[in-house]
Amino acid sequence: MIAIIKYNAGNISSVQNALTRLGYSSVITDDTATILSADKVIFPGVGEASSAMEYLKENGLDKVILEVKNPMLGICLGLQLMCESSEEGNTTCLGIFNTKVKKFPLTDIVPHMGWNNFESIKGSLFKDIITKNDVYYVHSYYAEISEQTSAICNYIVPFSAVLQKDNFYATQFHPEKSAAIGTQLLKNFLAL
Amino acid sequence: MLKKRIIPCLDIKDGRTVKGINFIELRDAGNPVELAKRYVAQGADELVFLDITATIENRKTLVALVKQIALEINIPFTVGGGINAIEDVSVLIKAGADKVSLNSSVVKNPALITEIANQFGSQCVVVAIDTKFENDEWKVFVNGGRTLTSLKTIEWAQKVESLGAGEILLTSMNNDGTKAGFAIDITNKVSKAVNIPIIASGGAGTKNHFKEVFEKTAATGGLAASIFHFGEISIPELKYYLKTNKIPIR
Repeated sequence: MIAIIKYNAGNISSVQNALTRLGYSSVITDDTATILSADKVIFPGVGEASSAMEYLKENGLDKVILEVKNPMLGICLGLQLMCESSEEGNTTCLGIFNTKVKKFPLTDIVPHMGWNNFESIKGSLFKDIITKNDVYYVHSYYAEISEQTSAICNYIVPFSAVLQKDNFYATQFHPEKSAAIGTQLLKNFLAL
Repeated sequence: MLKKRIIPCLDIKDGRTVKGINFIELRDAGNPVELAKRYVAQGADELVFLDITATIENRKTLVALVKQIALEINIPFTVGGGINAIEDVSVLIKAGADKVSLNSSVVKNPALITEIANQFGSQCVVVAIDTKFENDEWKVFVNGGRTLTSLKTIEWAQKVESLGAGEILLTSMNNDGTKAGFAIDITNKVSKAVNIPIIASGGAGTKNHFKEVFEKTAATGGLAASIFHFGEISIPELKYYLKTNKIPIR
């Protein structure tokens, strides 16, 4: 069973639709036992960091997420909330990845919106995926590169396109909206 | 490198895809879900669905259609037409839309932009601007291009950015339906005046028109409808052409 964490951030149904297309059943839930017993956990989200963190704390989900032992995938805002902090609303985040989230300097168009590639890829999420592949990004904040970065994207600055630490994985782009490449990446995650 | 986006637009009337010429006359162009799937398979970068006859009865049809589309496609899509309140946005996002496109309602009530951006994020708010060059000025029109407003296009674009819009869909009514090319002048001016992405719309008739708009303006997306629906230009052919002309394309 796959648990999609339910909270106050954005288009969660698109992740569920993507799983349905792949033939997986999933449940959108904020229940501790369901999340902790799930084979895979997905932490999606589009929205604003401080209000999302506040909601997670109010509902005890901040602690639950840290206890997840099976593979967990954060997407977009999910990735940013798994970092130490975010400049968006000066938010202290979950601190799973030892990197910080900053706002893009406004030297080019922000948000970074559209299809872009990644490089320096490593790890099991990237089976059958090559660096020239493009995926869909939409964000105004980015996670700095750290030793947990397993793919880099370049837009205004180089930033973490993918982070991984132990059972925690996260993508800044939206695999559920990234056509065939995104689907492959989701398949790779589900096969972990 | 960030790629330029090729965006087919599906104008929806009573659950079918239609396309007007200069906003008025409508031709049937097929089942929107089938068209959407075809475009995804062909490599469209995003899709836009505009409900051009947004009445209360059609609303339910539209929401059902959005659900169907969301189940079938794995690229981002925007839904617009008749969105007047945050509740309308909520219903469409829940049905699976990634972004909503707002036009007349935010001219009437600009604060709606901020309200939606605060609740769903700026990335979800596309402001559609229908503009026409008249008496030496680019002016903003609403109600499907039927009503002139007192707004000037560049100033309005800057205002919607400051209110929290994540993107601008800029349609030149002078060019729309003509197949004579995008409005380079206003697209360039607007894309220089704001720091959010601009989608150029109206007037695409040839592959070269897309090349031109990407070379001469900072637009990050090009939108078209009829040339794709009626197979005058196929998306793979267009993308190949742009790539060979050194435009960054997925």
